[in-house]
Amino acid sequence: MEIITAHNLEKYFGTLAAVDGISFSVKKGEIFGFLGPNGAGKTTAMKMIHCVSKRTGGDLRVFGLDTDIEPRMIKQRLGVVPQENNPDPDFTTFQNLTIYARYFGIPRSEAEKRAEELLEFMQLSEKRDAPIETLSGGMKRRLIIARALMNEPELLILDEPTIGLDPQARHLIWEKLRHLRSIGCTLVMTTHYLDEAERLCDRLVIMDSGKILVEGSPAELVRKYAGKEIVEAAANPEFVACLKEKRIEFEVFGDTIQVQADDPQIIAQIMMESCGRERITVRMATLEDVFLKLTGRTLRE
Amino acid sequence: MAYAGLSEISRGSLAVWRRNLDAFIKTYKVNFIPPFVEPVLYLLALGYGVGALIQDVDGIPYPVFIAPALVSISVMYSAFFECTYSSYVRMYYQKTFDAMIATPLSIEDVITGEILWGATRGTIYAALMIPVLFLFGVIDMPTSLLLIPFAFPAGFLFSAIGICFTAVTPGIDALNYPAFLFITPMFLFSGTFFPIGILPQTLQYFAFGFLPLANIVNVNRAITMGEFSPVLLYNIVWVLLVALLFFIIGLNLMKRRLVD
Ligand SMILES: Nc1ncnc2c1ncn2[C@@H]1O[C@H](COP(=O)(O)OP(=O)(O)O)[C@@H](O)[C@H]1O
Ligand SMILES: [Mg+2]
Repeated sequence: MEIITAHNLEKYFGTLAAVDGISFSVKKGEIFGFLGPNGAGKTTAMKMIHCVSKRTGGDLRVFGLDTDIEPRMIKQRLGVVPQENNPDPDFTTFQNLTIYARYFGIPRSEAEKRAEELLEFMQLSEKRDAPIETLSGGMKRRLIIARALMNEPELLILDEPTIGLDPQARHLIWEKLRHLRSIGCTLVMTTHYLDEAERLCDRLVIMDSGKILVEGSPAELVRKYAGKEIVEAAANPEFVACLKEKRIEFEVFGDTIQVQADDPQIIAQIMMESCGRERITVRMATLEDVFLKLTGRTLRE
Repeated sequence: MAYAGLSEISRGSLAVWRRNLDAFIKTYKVNFIPPFVEPVLYLLALGYGVGALIQDVDGIPYPVFIAPALVSISVMYSAFFECTYSSYVRMYYQKTFDAMIATPLSIEDVITGEILWGATRGTIYAALMIPVLFLFGVIDMPTSLLLIPFAFPAGFLFSAIGICFTAVTPGIDALNYPAFLFITPMFLFSGTFFPIGILPQTLQYFAFGFLPLANIVNVNRAITMGEFSPVLLYNIVWVLLVALLFFIIGLNLMKRRLVD
């Protein structure tokens, strides 16, 4: 079953195409990722999905409902973790959850029950009655995730869920997101942490300048665009000449040479024996290789 | 855009109103001071200080003359400032509105809730001032209790005007302009501390045609004096219609500001 269907979805800000005709669909129960450098249009796409930004073209359906026509019905059934934390600073952690529940019309006793459960789930029970300003960045993020779960959403939208968090906090959040998937929740997330996408996403798209460049599972994309393994060595002119002579295809990234290889031993052997390189690294290809290959190495913003 | 945004308002606006009430109650100690202290200060300084120099106004002792104006002013300040500075902080700095519109609430619900809350806050302040004014013997009971229900539409009007400024202001500092150029003159020239009748005829028409506070003071003074005349009907209808007008303008300006 398709939870989200987008067809030629488009968002213009004046003359700037933030989202430039993208088509994708998200299936029930999967974790679907949007990857892309800063300014690619990920946040804009998320905002259109959760009905706070109006599309300027194309078609977008969530739960089969048009986001332009049925925003209330859609928002009732989804949870949102925005890119920027926005807890309500006038209230405690617990009150943040119960007050948010009121916006959904959830009765008080039910809201309090869910709030206690979610504080437990997100390991925030100790901070139950703490004012918001005493929470660390990781705790605030977890609170925002707990808040997004108050209405027991069928679809959870997460815009860079682990941005700026330490490894412990990231791992905790990943574990919780996988748990949510296991109980049937559909998740859509954006990230520019490629390891995060590789670990979590069942399928993902890589976006740049408002367009989708590729779509697939992390393993498929790596296989298709980066090969099995990567052989790396330091670059210098003689070495480059030698590789050319041996007709090995390579790419130069700053001071490093990379060769995509399905048979890395052979390449490594040539580099050592014929080109006189001693320090060679052989590693598995990752999503990061795919990402850099497709979106280039120039800095964004 | 059906019915200029009015059709997008749901019961959810009450959840927004309730959020603000909860925040108000949490800090009640600070919030409850102004309505007790302000009338005392004004009465002492103006009512009895300046009042000592003035025999009476049309046969009414000066403190009794300004008492209904003090209630009107308190409603104006509390409602207007709630929906300008405080709403702006919630909208811009705290991102509270962003969090709200990610739930089933519409922007119209959020803005309606803010305005309802501003009106409520004005009403609470009016209600808290009444016992103080009664203790000073400057208002009569029980007719003066009518100040409370009228504080709500009056507060609604100032809240709606405030929201319009909040929707167009480039930043929080620019909200000082309407505060100084609109609210402060109104505070002085609306029949608050001297009767409107001593102004030139054209200014009297201007006051009742364009100044919310002048219309509100007129109604409140009639309430505390227990003297009702047909012009009050005009004042009340004016307040209700202009409140509705600014409410609709505010909804649409806010929609323009917040939707992208
Ligand atoms: N409200 C807005 N007004 C004008 N331009 C915007 C607005 N929001 C985003 N943009 C622009 O749209 C592009 C995509 O932004 P965004 O969706 O935030 O990217 P990402 O989340 O992938 O970093 C950027 O060029 C950004 O500057
Ligand atoms: Mg973003």
